[in-house]
Amino acid sequence: MLKTLAELDRRRDAARMGGGQKRIDAQHAKGRLTARERLDVLLDPGSFEEVDMYVEHNCVDFGMAEQKIPGDGVVTGSGTINGRLVYVFSQDFTVFGGSLSERHAQKICKIMDTAMKVGAPVIGLNDSGGARIQEGVASLGGYAEVFQRNVLASGVVPQISLIMGPCAGGAVYSPAMTDFIFMVKDSSYMFVTGPDVVKTVTNEIVTQEELGGALTHSTKSGVADLACEDDIDALLRTRTFFDFLPLNNRDGVPFRPSADDGERLEPSLDTLVPASANQPYDMKELIAKVADEGAFFEVQPGHAANIVIGFARIEGHTVGIVANQPMVLAGVLDINSAKKAGRFVRFCDAFGIPIVTFVDVPGFLPGVAQELGGIIKHGAKLLFAYAEATVPKITVITRKAYGGAYDVMASKHLRGDLNYAWPTAEIAVMGAKGAVEIIFRGKSPEEIAERTAEYEARFANPFVAASMGFIDEVIMPHSTRRRIAIGLRKLRTKKLENPWKKHDNIPL
Amino acid sequence: MFKKILIANRGEIACRVMRTARAMGIATVAVYSDADAGALHVEMADESVRLGPPPAAESYLLGDAIIAACKATGAEAVHPGYGFLSERASFREACDAAGIAFIGPPTKAIAAMGDKIESKKLAKAAGVSVVPGFIGEIDGTEHAVRIATEIGYPVMMKASAGGGGKGMRLAWSEADVREGFEATKREGLASFGDDRVFIEKFVEQPRHIEIQVLGDQHGGLVYLGERDCSIQRRHQKVVEEAPSPFVTPEMRKAMGEQAVALARGVGYFSAGTVEFIAGADRSFYFLEMNTRLQVEHPVTECITGRDLVADMIRVAAGEPLGFAQDDVKLSGHAIETRVYAEDPYRGFLPSTGRLTRLVPPQGEGVRVDTGVVEGSEISRFYDPMIAKLITHAPTRAQAIAEQAAALDAYLVRGISHNIDFLASLMHHPRFVAGEAVTTAFIAEEYPDGFHGNPATDATRDTVVAVAAVLHATASERAQLIDGQLNGHGAAFGTDWIVQLDGTDHEVTVEDAGGGFAVTIDGTDHMLSTEWRVGEPLLRGRFDRRDIAVGVDALPVGYRLTTAGASHAVRVLTPRAAALAKHMIAKVPPDLSRFLLCPMPGLIVKLDVAAGDKVEAGQPLATVEAMKMENILRAEKSATVKEVRVKAGESLAVDAVILEFEV
Repeated sequence: MLKTLAELDRRRDAARMGGGQKRIDAQHAKGRLTARERLDVLLDPGSFEEVDMYVEHNCVDFGMAEQKIPGDGVVTGSGTINGRLVYVFSQDFTVFGGSLSERHAQKICKIMDTAMKVGAPVIGLNDSGGARIQEGVASLGGYAEVFQRNVLASGVVPQISLIMGPCAGGAVYSPAMTDFIFMVKDSSYMFVTGPDVVKTVTNEIVTQEELGGALTHSTKSGVADLACEDDIDALLRTRTFFDFLPLNNRDGVPFRPSADDGERLEPSLDTLVPASANQPYDMKELIAKVADEGAFFEVQPGHAANIVIGFARIEGHTVGIVANQPMVLAGVLDINSAKKAGRFVRFCDAFGIPIVTFVDVPGFLPGVAQELGGIIKHGAKLLFAYAEATVPKITVITRKAYGGAYDVMASKHLRGDLNYAWPTAEIAVMGAKGAVEIIFRGKSPEEIAERTAEYEARFANPFVAASMGFIDEVIMPHSTRRRIAIGLRKLRTKKLENPWKKHDNIPL
Repeated sequence: MFKKILIANRGEIACRVMRTARAMGIATVAVYSDADAGALHVEMADESVRLGPPPAAESYLLGDAIIAACKATGAEAVHPGYGFLSERASFREACDAAGIAFIGPPTKAIAAMGDKIESKKLAKAAGVSVVPGFIGEIDGTEHAVRIATEIGYPVMMKASAGGGGKGMRLAWSEADVREGFEATKREGLASFGDDRVFIEKFVEQPRHIEIQVLGDQHGGLVYLGERDCSIQRRHQKVVEEAPSPFVTPEMRKAMGEQAVALARGVGYFSAGTVEFIAGADRSFYFLEMNTRLQVEHPVTECITGRDLVADMIRVAAGEPLGFAQDDVKLSGHAIETRVYAEDPYRGFLPSTGRLTRLVPPQGEGVRVDTGVVEGSEISRFYDPMIAKLITHAPTRAQAIAEQAAALDAYLVRGISHNIDFLASLMHHPRFVAGEAVTTAFIAEEYPDGFHGNPATDATRDTVVAVAAVLHATASERAQLIDGQLNGHGAAFGTDWIVQLDGTDHEVTVEDAGGGFAVTIDGTDHMLSTEWRVGEPLLRGRFDRRDIAVGVDALPVGYRLTTAGASHAVRVLTPRAAALAKHMIAKVPPDLSRFLLCPMPGLIVKLDVAAGDKVEAGQPLATVEAMKMENILRAEKSATVKEVRVKAGESLAVDAVILEFEV
C-alpha cells in the first residue's frame, strides 16, 4: 500500500518538473518564470488545486509516441485570489514549447467548462509556440474548441489573458476574445503572422517587438489593455485587477470595506475646471478624488488616451469609470476612443458593474482619415453600448458636452439614471463661435463677436439643459463623490431589461 | 488707526499682511491679475480689485491702477509687501501725492537705498566698509569687461534694481562677463523695468547676515537682531534662521548699531533690513539695505515676539514704536525654509501647475506662511513659492529637528517641489553644526546636484518597516472582500520580503496590541500607527521616534518619502521574492546623446548647428521659462549630429533639442 502512495508522489514530482531542469533554466535565463511558478505568484499561497496533471498527448506521428511529458504543456486547475475562486490555465513553454495539442486544448476546455458551471472567472497565462505541428489538424481543432468556449463564456464569467511569451497565429484569437489582455514587456508578443512572413509577403521589415510587442499593442493597436514590466509585475497587477471584477454575470460586483467616507467633500474640485475654456486639465484628478482611497485601475492607459477607462470603488463597491480626457486632443471622440470605451461599457453592462461617466467632450474629431476610417460606425459602437446598457449609469458633465458627442456620453436620453452637471458645464450643439458663424453667416466680425457673447450667455451653462430635464441637478464640484455615492446606493436595486432578442446587432 | 488698507501684492505675503490687518480690526483690499482671480489672497480680502493681465508689468507693477483702486475702495493706506512696487520711490511719491499712506519707509530712504549704486555711495560716505566695486553707469559689454578686470575676478554682475537673487550673475572670467552681461541687463529690464547693471568684487567664503531695523516717525529706531541667510542656491535664499549660530553678542551689537546709524542717516522709519557679508574672521561688509519687509521676516518675529507687519502699520499711522533697544529680547531659535515649486532632482527647474494635494504640517512651534491652498495653481508668471515653513524652538538643534519633522509631514502633490532637498539640508551635519556654513554651502555640498538625501540605517529601517506594515495592513484588508470560497480570506502569514534599493530585507510583521512588532533581518523594532489604507501620509512612532512618511501607491509597491528622499519599495511573499530573482533588470535607455529640454519653455536661442564640435561647458541653447533665461551647456565634448528644434519653438519637458554623434 505504502508503495502505491509513493508512486503517486513520484508521478507528481515528475509532472512538476515539466520539460526538465535544462528547459526550466532556459526559461529563467529569458527572465521568465515557469508555468507553475507563475501560478504561485498569481494565486493565494497553497490555494492551487491542479487537475489533469497526468494528461499526455495522443500523437504517434513523427516520433511523438516516444516523447510524452505528463501535463502536455499546460498546467490547469483552480485556486483563489484573496479568497475568491478562479480557474486558471498556464501554458508550459518547457514542454514542447508550450505548443497546443488536442489534449492540451482539452485540458483548457475542461477548466473553462467547470468555470462556466460554477460561475468563476478564468485567467489564462499564455506562453506557447503555437500549434503542435506534429498533430496537424487535431491541434487546429483544439484551438477551435477553446475559441468556442471563449465565446460562450463571454459575458458569463470574466476572462483575463496574460501574454507572457510568444502567442502567434491562430493562438492569438483565444486571448482576443477574452475580456482583458495584459502583456509583459520585452518578453511577449502577439501577431497573426510573424516578421518573416510579413517580409516575404509585403516586403516590410519589422521586428517582433515592433510588430506585436507589449508596447505596440498597448499603445498603437489597442489589442492589449496593459503593458507590464515583467512576470512578477504582471501577475501581481492581475491580483489587484481581479479584486475589482465580479465572479460572474449573476453575483453582482464585489464589496470590499473601505474606511474612506462616501460623503467626503473635495473643496479643491471647485477649481479643477480652468477659467479659460481652451485650457486643459487632468480628468484623472477628478477620478482619483471621487474614487475610494484615490485608487483607480486604469486599463489601456497608453491607447486612445483622449478617453480614460478603468475600475474604481465607491463605498467599497466596484464601478466602471469612463471619462473624456481634456489633456489629450481636448478629449475629443475619435475612432479609437469610441472603440476603446464602447467595449469597456459593454463589459461593465454584461457583469452588472455600474458605470460612472465624466464628460468634457468638444465633439467628434473631424478629418478625412476619421471619415474614411469609418468613424460613423465606430462612433456608433460607443453610442450603442451606452444605449443598451441597463446597469446603473451616473453621468457628470464637468465642462463641454457638445453636439452628437453629448448624446453619446451616457446622456439622459440613453437612459442615464442620474445626469449631473457642474455649474461650469456647457451643453450645446457646438461651441459658441462655430454656432454663431453658421447662424449669422456673412456678418461682420463685430456682429459675430457680439452674437457669440449672446450665444455663450444663453448656452454656456447647464441650466438650459436642466430646464428641459436633460440634467437632473446642477451640483457643486466638491460634492461630486458624495452625490455619486448616494446615487449608487439608491440605484443598487435598479431593475431594467431590454426587449427580448436573440442578440443585438451592434455596428461591428 | 486706518480703517481699511490695500495690499499691493499677491501670494503668501498678501495673505500674511491681511492676517495681521484683520487681527487689528482693519478691513483689507486685495488687488489681482487675471492669473490670480481665484487666488487665496483675493478670497481672504474683504474687497478685491482687478489690475490687468497676468504679466506683472501689466498688473502688480501698475502704480496708478493701485492708487486708483485705493481711491475706489476708500483704502487709506497701502502695504506693498516685498518685490513689485515695494521699493519704488516713485510709487511712494505717487501715494503721498494722492493722500494715501504708504506702509513703509519714506521716499528719501527708498530712493537712497533702493538704488544699489546710490546706496553704496551713501554707505561709503557714512563710513561703513563696503565691498570693492564699480559705482556708476556701465556702457556695455566692453566697458563691463574692463571694469571686471580692474576689480579682479570673481566679480558679481547685478541688475541695479534687482533683488532676491534675480538679475544676478557671477563671473569667474572675462568669457563669463561677455556671456552674461547682456543677459543680466535683459533680466533686469524684464523683471524690474530697469536695465542698469553694476559690478562688484565677489567676496569668497562669505556668510550672509542681515540686521532687521524698525523705526517710527518720531526718531525711535531699533535693531531686532540678525538673520543668517547663508544657505543660498545661486544667490537665492533657501534657509534663513535667527539668531545666527555664527554671530557673537559683540558682533550683533556692532552690526546692529551700524545698521541703525545707517538708517538714521537717511531718516528711516518702518521696517528695513541692512544686509552684510561676513567673513570667517567675523569682519563684515555692508551689502545693501532693503527698504521693505523681507521674505524671511518671520524668523525675527518668532524670536522677538513682535509682529513686524503690525509695527509697520502702526508706524505708518504715526504711532510711536513704544519700546526701545533695551526692550528687545531674543528668545529661542527659529528656522525658515522656502518651499518652492522646483525640482531639485532635475537641477532645480521650476515647476508649474496645479497643487492637486496640499496638506501643510501643523503643530506647536510650526508656522506656515502660504498663499496657496489645495487646488491652487503655481503660475508661470510669478515667483514659484509654495510656502515658507517656519519652526521655533528653545534651541537651534530643536528648531532644526522640528523643521525636519514638519518637512516630512508636508504633503505636496501635482507639481515638483524642493521638500526633499530642504529636508536633506536639515539632516546635513555641516548645517546642523552651524559654524562652517557659507553662502557656498550648497554648491560645495551638492556639487553634482541633488539625488535624494542618502538614507541612514535608521531611515532605511523606517522605510522597510513602514512598507511592511502598509502591505500587511492592505493585504489583511484585501481578504475582507466578499465572495470568499472558504468563508475567509487567504492566509499570507507574517513573513514578507521588502525590496529596497536592490536589497531584499526579511521582515516579519505581527500585531502587538496597539502597534506592530516588526523584525527586519533578525532585529526587533516597534511601529505604532493609526494609518488606514489609502491615506497619503503615515504618522506614527517607530522605535520611540515620531515619524511621518509620505505614501504613494505604485502599480505594485509604494513610493515612500521621508527624511529628504523618496524610496520605491516592493513587498513580496518570500516565494514571489525568490522567483523575482529570475527577472532581468531593465536598463533604462541611454539619453546621454540627446540634449533634452529640462523644463517646459521657449527656445530663445540656439548656439550650435549640425556638425559643430562642442567642448564641455559650451552653451548649446537658451531656454526661457519662468522669465528666466537658462543656458543649456554641453556636459562633455561632442559633435552635434542634428538640431531638432528651431528658435522660438515652445517645448515640453524632455523634448529632444538636439542629438550628438555617438
